[in-house]
Parts: sequence; C-alpha cells; structure tokens
Amino acid sequence: MERALIIGGGIAGIQAALDIANSGYEVVLVEKEPSIGGHMAQLSETFPTLDCSQCIMTPRTVEVGHHELIHLYTYSEVERVTRNETRGTYTARIRRRATYVNWDECTGCGTCQEKCPFEVVSDFERGVGTRKVIYTLSPQAVPNKPVIDAANCRYLQSKADIEAGRVPAVNKRGKPAKPKCGACAILCPVGAIEWEQEDEIFEEEVGAIVVATGYDLFPQEQLKTYGAGRVPDVIDGMAFERLLSASGPTGGVVRRPSDGEIPKEVVFIQCSGSRDPEQGMPYCSKICCMYTAKQTILYHHQVPEGQAYVFYMDIRAGGKGYEEFITRAQEEEGAIYLRGRVSRLYRENGKVIVKGVDTLSGRPVEIAADLVVLATAAISRPESGRVAKLLGLSADEHGFFNSSNEEVSPLESGIPGIFLAGAALGPRDIPETVAQASGAAAKVLALFRQGQERLEIGDWRLEVGARGAHAPSKSHP
Amino acid sequence: MTIPYFPGCTLSTQASGYDRSGRAVAAALEMPLEDLPEWQCCGATFPLATDNSMALVAPTRLLAEAERAGGHVTTLCAICFHVLRRTQVALAEKPEALERINWFTETPYEGGARVSHFLGLLRDEVGWEGVTARVTRPLAGLKVAPYYGCLLLRPEREIGLDDAETPTLLHDCLAALGAEAVSFPYEVECCGAYLSVSQPELPRQLSQEIVASARAHGAQALVTACPLCQYNLDSAQRPQNGEGVAANALPILYFTQLMAVALGLEEESWGLEGHVVDPRPLFEKIGDRLRSRLES
Repeated sequence: MERALIIGGGIAGIQAALDIANSGYEVVLVEKEPSIGGHMAQLSETFPTLDCSQCIMTPRTVEVGHHELIHLYTYSEVERVTRNETRGTYTARIRRRATYVNWDECTGCGTCQEKCPFEVVSDFERGVGTRKVIYTLSPQAVPNKPVIDAANCRYLQSKADIEAGRVPAVNKRGKPAKPKCGACAILCPVGAIEWEQEDEIFEEEVGAIVVATGYDLFPQEQLKTYGAGRVPDVIDGMAFERLLSASGPTGGVVRRPSDGEIPKEVVFIQCSGSRDPEQGMPYCSKICCMYTAKQTILYHHQVPEGQAYVFYMDIRAGGKGYEEFITRAQEEEGAIYLRGRVSRLYRENGKVIVKGVDTLSGRPVEIAADLVVLATAAISRPESGRVAKLLGLSADEHGFFNSSNEEVSPLESGIPGIFLAGAALGPRDIPETVAQASGAAAKVLALFRQGQERLEIGDWRLEVGARGAHAPSKSHP
Repeated sequence: MTIPYFPGCTLSTQASGYDRSGRAVAAALEMPLEDLPEWQCCGATFPLATDNSMALVAPTRLLAEAERAGGHVTTLCAICFHVLRRTQVALAEKPEALERINWFTETPYEGGARVSHFLGLLRDEVGWEGVTARVTRPLAGLKVAPYYGCLLLRPEREIGLDDAETPTLLHDCLAALGAEAVSFPYEVECCGAYLSVSQPELPRQLSQEIVASARAHGAQALVTACPLCQYNLDSAQRPQNGEGVAANALPILYFTQLMAVALGLEEESWGLEGHVVDPRPLFEKIGDRLRSRLES
C-alpha cells in the first residue's frame, strides 16, 4: 500500500509529508497540537542565517494545509498501530480530541478568540504570555481554526457541574440551571461552536510510517542551582525566543516578565541541564551554543545599549557558517563570553545576581543581571515511551529513539516500513532535522517503488524461472 | 531513650557552648545524648582523593564504635556529621575499601551504622510540632537569618539531610521556636571554612558579606549548626583596630542556644559566653515582653 503515516507535525513531519506527497503518494499527518509547525513555529529567527522562522516555514505549513494528498489530523494522537502481516501494512487508530468547534463551518475569523473573557498562561508562549481559552497557537496557525481548552472553559466546566449534579439543577428563580458564559457560541457569526462534540476515532491503513515526534525542553524547575524556576526573570531560551518574536506576547520587544522593563544586562547560561549528570542530562544538547549566540545577536539588535554575557563550558559550533556566527556574536555584536559555570543566582533589589567563575582569568564573576536566559537541555518527549511501545521502537536511556544502526542506517528503526527523523532521535538543529526528514521520505518512496518493482520483477522472475534460466543450483548451498 | 552522641573535638573546646546547649535541649526533649564510650577526632575533612583509604580510618573507627554502641550515632557538629556520613556512604559503595581499612583497625566495622544530625532527629523523630509544644518562651519578634553553610548539606546525594540549594531545616526550627526566619541570598554560601587557618583574610571577607546580607534583610542574628561557620562569621566581626564591636554587629548563634532559651532551660545551659559579638543583649533588645519572661 503506497500511503504513509507521519507522526508529528513539526518541521521534520512537514518536510517528510511534502516530499512524499509531492512524489504522488498519499500522506496521513498526525499532530498533537491544534496546528502544525512544532517548535520551529515558536522561534523568532533561525541560525546561522537569521531568517525569520515563521517566514521560511509558513509556505510549507500552508502547502501541507492545502495539499490534496495530505490528510491532516491535528489535535490528534495515534492510539494504536496494528500490523497486517498478510498485506504488509499498518493500521493506525487515531483519536482526534474534541475541539468543540466545527472546523468545516469555522471561517477562522478570530471573533471568538477576541471575545473570550478568560485568559490562561500559554504553553506555546512558554509561560511568558497568555492565550484565550478558545485559541489557535499563533496568527499563522495551520489550520487556522480554534480549539476550546475544556479544562479551563467556563461553559464546559459549568455544564459538567450541572450534568454531574454538583450544582442545583434549578436556579434561584426556579428555572433549570444553564451553563455560564458561552460568549464564543453567542458571538460566532457562523454558529460553529459545538458544545456536544466528542473525541472522534479514525482508522487509517498505511504502508509506511515516519516517526517525527520531536523533543522537549528540560524543565527549569529541576535546575535548583539556577533558582528552580522560583526566581523571577530567570527564563529559558524558548521563552526568550517568544520575547524576541514579532508575533510573541510582547510584540517582539524584549521585556522582562517581572515588571515589563527592557533588560539592559542579560546573562545567558549555556549547558543548563546539559553535560550535567548531577542535576540534568549527561549529553550535549548540540543546539544551545548556536541558539544562544543567535539570541545575543538578536538582543543586541533590539537593545543596542544593552550587554549580553554568556557563560559557557566550550563552544561547539560544527556546521557550515557556524563558527563564523559565534565570532560575529563575540566580535561584532559585543557579547561577552565567559568560560565557566554559574554556581548560583538569586534575586536582590530587582536584579538577578549571577555568581560564576571566569576560568580564563581565574576569577570569580558576579553580574547583577536584569534577565537570565537558561539554555536548557533538549530532552525526549514525555510520551516517547508510549510511542516506542506503540510501534515497538527501541529507545535509549534518555528516551530518544534508536536507529537500527546509528552510522549507516540512521533513519531506519529496524522495523519494516517504520522510519525515524529529527529530534526524536536526539537533539539536532533545523538543517539536520530537515535533511533527515527528506531522507526518511526518500526511504519511504524507495519502499513504495520497491513494492511496485518487486511485483514486476517477481513476475519477470517467474517467467524466466519457468524457462530455467535462474533455477537454483542444487550443488550451491 | 538515650541517643549515642559523638561530640567531636571542636565541641569539646572552642564550641563548648554548642555542646552544652545541645545536651540540655536533648535532655529536655527526653532524648538525652550519651557519649560514645570511646572516641577520637573524626579527621575533620573528608578526603577528595577517591583512593585515599587511610584518611577514612579515623571516621571508620568511629562508625565501628557506633556499631558497638547500638548502631546509631548523632552529632551536633556539621563537620563531624559531614565526615561520618560521607564515610558511611563511601564504605557502603566500596566494600573493598572497607575491607582494607578493617585490616588497620582493631574493631572491624561491619557497615551497618546510622549517622544522623541532631537537626534531622528533631525534624524526623521529635517533629517541629513536638518542639513547639515544649516552648515556654516563644521567641516572638526575634528575626533570625538561618545560615546553613556547605558541609551540613553538601553533597546532597550523599548527605541527604535537606535540599542543598533551598533548605528549610533551620527555617522550620526557628518557626517552631516562634522566631521569624529571615531568608537571605547567602544562606548556603561558603563562609571560607578552613581557609581561616591559611588565608584568614579570605574567610573574613566572605563572612562579612554573609553577615552584611543577613543584616540588610532585617536579621537581628544568624543561626548555624556548624562550629566553623560560627567561628568565621563571629570572628569576621572582630574589630581589627582595637575598638569595640560595631553597634550593628550580628550575634552568631547555634540553633541549640536559641532552643535552650525558648524551651525555658537554665541560663547556665545557654552557653552564650565567649562570643565575639555578645548575643546576650539580643534578648534584651527584643523587648520587654520577652525580657520579663526570661527573668520570671
């Protein structure tokens, strides 16, 4: 069956989907979030070219959204995969969570998001911004259709309370109790809100699967040396990315969370939870040296009078134009690089006091920073264990999937028809992720092509075999 | 129930006030401290060289002594606690080191001793509510900065007494006594430790920063569980030009001293003499209410 399932709608899944679909094969793309784009959609710019992340990705997300051969399931998860031995295919059971919005009716006008009276802290904004309870991840979301966050929705919660008998069924005026709010349903011009919507189950049969479930970030709450998430104005790199982003919560002006001031001194701490077996992960997260340099450059562009400091262990900038990029941050953009670790930080008089060491001068360093940015480790997704079990994949002790051979078959899972791509295999940057995704797509296409050829060649062999040309020799072992 | 106790050298000499107040508090809480039948110096430092088993002989000998006394030993001194606890963990993880050390000691250590710090016993066995229940003179209105230092808590994996970055043991102890714990950023900073022997200027400077930070956060005193921290923080406030102690100097107390006061024990047991910054006026400063209580 020449049809592929791609699990994960980040840049890896998007790239693989487009490569396969543009070769004329059907793709089923499943994404957990309400829209595709993954972490790349959160980034402000990308290294080492400083391209606007949204700008280089939007043509791809839009193409996925419109592609005739791509069946997009967002807000959905693959629940079960069964192998059909005789057909050589897989059947995936996909659960699409209730969005409470009829996406066929919804025009994406945004009125509901504007009028919804409730705001919650946004995961997409990495805690430095809010979103409404009915929301899309960003203005460029594909699909640009909102979902209702049921756990925080006044209407759905009060409806559940009434149904469960937690509130009196009759109100003070003697009338049947009605759920509160419902502003979105009242104001939606096309009546797309569907309060009774439930999760839907779909089954898709495919001949190949690409696993592109991506990565997560080490929780800063576990970094006790760096304030365990309790010191205000100590944020992680992804949160800083949102502060830099033009579509972010501060409209692209870097403002620190505590008081909205523009920080004049920013300390970046690399290897926050990476290369740190004591309080984090033992491995190098590979992308942090580069994105920290990028962030110092972008910060310098925004706040030319500001000063960026970077604490680092050593700089790992292996890649085309990467070392030059680091040099640019240091020499042209004025970032001060301090080789050493930070021993602790604390808040005093509205500043974050950062105590560390500069091992090149052999001196302790103390910086009164306005903002501290932790380059937190890239870690596997919390659900990677479940995904591994679902498909029978092998994962390392940190939850990253293993290839059948890391050197010569990095994209093969070792299971027929199942391929791997991107940061689900381990920390990696966008260019490598995209290259892998195209590689996995090529593997899928080869398999599809092989399947056809095997039939053709098989027929041919049958023919010549009948003529005895290729009859196996009995003397040959 | 008596608790097998290892006083250590410092508490027998320089820090006798810690020892005296600690014994009195333990007795008042009905768990009197009973010295190990035989003891010597713990070695005072835990060796950083992982192949130096000789440096573990002294603490191992104490662990063997504790084993003979029933298998448990408690300490007040944070340094002794640090050395004994880490030795216990190191020997549990390296049986071959234990075997080698046992060749040298007359009493072999079987590896089964439990090492506790008195603060841990207060938290886990008496409980802070249990302490509060015994308080007859609540230290209401007294603002004290809890100072943990390094050796009591680090390395966290081996010591395991409390969170090494954001500890609460001394905070909880102060709260149990009715005092106000003043959090400050230098709670777990190093005071300079043994450098007071070789480079006294360094711990003096570090300790002055710690005291200044506690003062800036409104503390009237600091409380510690370590005789070396007490010595460094207290000595750092010793005037160098022969003048009197500065008016804003902060007394450096052991938690047991505050407990002895709060539990209403005899004044002889407080052990407040011999400090550079005399803590006694502190109890006058905190108001008539407490003073009248102390006198009555």
